[in-house]
Amino acid sequence: MIDLTAIYVLWLREMKRYFRAKSRILGSLAIPFFFLAFLGLGFSGMAVPGAGGVGYIQFLVPGIVGMSLLFQSIFAGLSVLWDREFGFLKEIMVAPVSRVSIVLGRTAGGVTTALVQGLLVLLVSSLVGFRVRSAAGVLVALVFMVLVSTTFIGLGLVFASKIKDMQGYSIIMNFVVFPLFFLSGALYPLGNLPAWLRVFSYLDPLTYGVDGLRGALVGVATRSLGADMGIMAAFAVLMVGLGAWSFERSESA
Amino acid sequence: MAARMDDIRVEELTRKFGDFTAVDRVSFSVAGGELFGLLGPNGAGKTTTINMLSTLLRPTSGRAEVAGFDVVRDRDRVRRSIGVVFQEQALDGQLTGRENLEFHAMMYGMGREERRRKLDEVLALVELSEKAGVRVQNYSGGMKRRLEIARGLIHEPRVLFLDEPTLGLDAQTRRHIWDYIRKLNRERGVTIILTTHYMEEADYLCGRVAIMDHGTFAAIDAPGRLKDLLGGDVVSLEVEGEPGPLEAELRAVGWVRNIKFHEGVFSLTMERGDRRIPELVALAQNAGVTVSSVNLRKPSLEDVFLQFTGKTIRESEAGQAERNRAMMRAHRPGRGR
Repeated sequence: MIDLTAIYVLWLREMKRYFRAKSRILGSLAIPFFFLAFLGLGFSGMAVPGAGGVGYIQFLVPGIVGMSLLFQSIFAGLSVLWDREFGFLKEIMVAPVSRVSIVLGRTAGGVTTALVQGLLVLLVSSLVGFRVRSAAGVLVALVFMVLVSTTFIGLGLVFASKIKDMQGYSIIMNFVVFPLFFLSGALYPLGNLPAWLRVFSYLDPLTYGVDGLRGALVGVATRSLGADMGIMAAFAVLMVGLGAWSFERSESA
Repeated sequence: MAARMDDIRVEELTRKFGDFTAVDRVSFSVAGGELFGLLGPNGAGKTTTINMLSTLLRPTSGRAEVAGFDVVRDRDRVRRSIGVVFQEQALDGQLTGRENLEFHAMMYGMGREERRRKLDEVLALVELSEKAGVRVQNYSGGMKRRLEIARGLIHEPRVLFLDEPTLGLDAQTRRHIWDYIRKLNRERGVTIILTTHYMEEADYLCGRVAIMDHGTFAAIDAPGRLKDLLGGDVVSLEVEGEPGPLEAELRAVGWVRNIKFHEGVFSLTMERGDRRIPELVALAQNAGVTVSSVNLRKPSLEDVFLQFTGKTIRESEAGQAERNRAMMRAHRPGRGR
């Protein structure tokens, strides 16, 4: 059922593609960088109510890491669309390999690139004065990165099975990805939102990812690390399962 | 072709997309080592048939066995026994030619040493050894096609499916691909099923062809025998005027085997057509129509197609456009064809 070689081959392909597209790596760092530079520096002198007494840069960076994971992972899940568009998906589908292995291989590739991305953002953040709490904190943050990216790769796969063209792609970016980002508390403490809007925040998996990253990296969080990690892990399992299920359904006619 | 059993056995295979029946109770079998062609216009159901045989599409009803395994119950075994070259290109342009093949070999569980040996071998076969390190996005159309054929062979499949292998290639490259296909079949004994809407391709390559139209087989036999069925030469008689009386006369003479009238042209089959032309012209005059041109030739598969479907393949294609649209509408999003 689970074919490790197939997972490895699919992962390897993602790696080759990722590291070959240097301009894409650079491009994907641009948005996090601008957010950090303009929001972070622009608000740097202000005290943000509910931010736990840390400066805005410290508050913002985990949110921006979460944001790049979200974008990168949804994109990785949706990349099935590209493979379908360029025909390569058939080559994958006709191989004697289970559908679950295909989904896991793709997820493994997506998670790895998201981790690279997350670490790059942390690196860039240190340029604008961000300091992590401890090395152990970074390790815990890595666990959160894996969970966040797994969750959104799963969501990307669900969407990839539902939409069939590139127009659907921009609809998803505008009506799903951006709301997920803004509702997650990446940019401001959720306590400042009106209660009715906060309900949506609690439904957003990224909320727990950002809170966990913040707890791990700067020691400020609304929930305990354990609670965030538990909820995030549940989301990850649920979404990747849902992604695998929709992929299986849409591709085995 | 002796000792091997049938590599493909298909019984009443049917596939519907909503109300639209793409493949309609098709039955046939292909012996081991055969080079078998599905000939028909776009939308006739060839690709749908191939997709079912290669396990990418579930049949609505009926059954099919490939290399002795059921395409629904034994999917993985079928997949291990077949190679597929799809109609649309299925390469990763970001990877080099060799990496594309490597990906395939690993997906089929081949070990490192075996992989290296096999990749060298198939690359040499399609004469791409020197370009193996180049990214596929920089390949020409013909090179991509050859790479895909090479890829289909890596895991030494018993059966190779080629869906429109020369679509969109120039005449010279087409010739080249034909040579590879022949070589594979003759020297390695690979059973090959190919679909095409090029008459000359089916004629040149295939030991047997099935003429497919509107999801069913109109005829199935060796190209030569299909042409013989028409009996002798084909004389096309382009006429002006009322064709009815001439048709009656032609039926009366006894030596015209077959009469088709289509858009002002009689297609007649007869022995020694060259000697009958003066007589034909005289008959036309008696029947009060003017002959504007006469053409004599040996029958081609095009004539066979006309004979069995009542249309030329191009007209059939035009009629299929509406069917194709119906098929797309009935299609759920996200499925391959």
